[in-house]
Amino acid sequence: MSELAKQGGRQLALIALFAVLVACVPLATRSGTVLNFVMMALYATLLAQAWNILGGFGGQFSFGHALFFGTGAYIQAIAQLQGGINAWVALALAILGAALAGLFVGALSFRYGLKGSYFALVTLAFAEVFRILALSVPFTGGGVGLMVPLRESAANLQFGSRSGYLWLVLGFVVAALLLSWWLRRSRFGAYLQAVRDNEDAARAVGVNPFRIKLAAIGLSGAFMGAAGAFYVQVFQYIDPGIAYGASTSVEALVAAIVGGMGTLWGPVLGAVVLHVLADLTRNLFGELPGINMVIYGVVLVLIVIFLPRGIAGLGLSARRLWKGGRHG
Amino acid sequence: MFDPSILFSSVLNGLTTGAVYALIALGLTLIYGVLHIINFAHGACLMLALYAVYFLKERLGIDPYLALPVVVPGMFALGYGLQRIVINRAGHGKDENILLATLGIAIVMENLALIFFKSDTRNIDTAYSLSTVAIGPAMIAVPKLVAFAGALVVSSLLFWIMGRTDLGRAIRAVAKEKEGAKLMGIDVDHVYAMSFGIGLACLGAAACFLLPAYYVNPQVGGGFVLVAFTIVVLGGMGSFVGALVGGLLVGVVESLGGLYLGESLGQIGIFAIFIGVVLFRPEGMFGARA
Repeated sequence: MSELAKQGGRQLALIALFAVLVACVPLATRSGTVLNFVMMALYATLLAQAWNILGGFGGQFSFGHALFFGTGAYIQAIAQLQGGINAWVALALAILGAALAGLFVGALSFRYGLKGSYFALVTLAFAEVFRILALSVPFTGGGVGLMVPLRESAANLQFGSRSGYLWLVLGFVVAALLLSWWLRRSRFGAYLQAVRDNEDAARAVGVNPFRIKLAAIGLSGAFMGAAGAFYVQVFQYIDPGIAYGASTSVEALVAAIVGGMGTLWGPVLGAVVLHVLADLTRNLFGELPGINMVIYGVVLVLIVIFLPRGIAGLGLSARRLWKGGRHG
Repeated sequence: MFDPSILFSSVLNGLTTGAVYALIALGLTLIYGVLHIINFAHGACLMLALYAVYFLKERLGIDPYLALPVVVPGMFALGYGLQRIVINRAGHGKDENILLATLGIAIVMENLALIFFKSDTRNIDTAYSLSTVAIGPAMIAVPKLVAFAGALVVSSLLFWIMGRTDLGRAIRAVAKEKEGAKLMGIDVDHVYAMSFGIGLACLGAAACFLLPAYYVNPQVGGGFVLVAFTIVVLGGMGSFVGALVGGLLVGVVESLGGLYLGESLGQIGIFAIFIGVVLFRPEGMFGARA
């Protein structure tokens, strides 16, 4: 077996191990605090993974990923409230709708060759436009927001305990892990990373950067939409600030960058580290509004300065150093 | 349709707001032109300057206009330090890293403000806050007129610095050809930090002119940041004249948009302009086509 195939097999086994271990958490403990922590860490992981597909593998830094999150969340809520649609069907619609939103933004911005800072700012502007629209149109409930009534049953995608939600979001996280695993090994993934590293060179060897980036933003949007729908099911409430506000966009990108962009386990690492940090500060300073974001901002600046490849990059250099030492 | 006198006063109001926008955008475009980075923390820095003006007035009783000699050098020092200590080290040769670093700075500033100053919206009372003068059929608030004049004076000062002084020549040299400037003995890191400092000093001035007719809360910068980007992109990245004209134009568009579409939809107009310009004419009105 080739070295690459062996490595790929090992990674798959690791993903399976991760899935089984986390899935067993609700069997091992009934503590609401632990289950809630794991669930929220998985939710943060999902945000980071979604951002990582476009930002990490594709090199397109979005500052407005809340756009897809909010679109998924509103579809999930509105489909149930106004359409009387089953929550599971609504979930599928939410994922689809968020993917379409991604394709729409991607088609516009990549068609005109936006990249780097311009792309970041345009995604931010789109998210803001949607926030203002959500405040002004009637079917989103405006600033009051939308409440999804409590009807606990698995058929309704509302679970009596945190365990059900934990398994649901774990399913999405594992799906995103598998997608990232595939991106690191497939032709499409190779094209995407080639476009990230040198778009002109990729074009010269026959890759169509527009189509590749479009597919990436669609996938990225789909996972973000799943996260939005999940949010609505757990908290049963959504308003324009939560849906399209900057904090979700920031949370997604900071966790991915802190963990390590374009890596398989980076978003998981980043989300868990940030989550632990946020919990620690909450214990130290109490419930101060905004303290989490301060921590996120400080960590972001420090990582960009000292560890631009993220925590996963640190592990990589350490392993290389160790291997080098052993051979030399 | 509206009465022409309402239209006239709306345009005048837009021009006065636009002049302050222009001042904010000038700082942004200077930083972009020299360092080729987008300072995402521009709005957050403006927010800090506004709080400085607010507390100088509330705690020490210093009039906002007399606070200029304190706030402007203070913001300059903040900018110089930020560039030297944080931003300069974050690049690693990639523009995106700098954008991320300034994003991080903005997040920290805004949320620290939220923690220390709470989310309350604050404004100040001055003797002239509510006085107006008549210009033709329109009534314009005195602070807005002062802001208009002040913004134009500061802009001219900036033009003079850039065009006529050694510092301005050094800044332009570094903006055009960094390596060449370095070979001529220009300390590039110092010039970068000076540019960043001057960019934030513009915000200090803008804050002093803004607060008597405006308010401050921790989120106030967010609104300005996209407006300033819109202006900078509209005027052509790095173009001074473009920022000035773009600022006035956006001020008028916002004012007229608010008149015809209502407050919140008028805001969408700004974003629509921004997205449209970035997509269809990214070199702006005054920029050369790449």
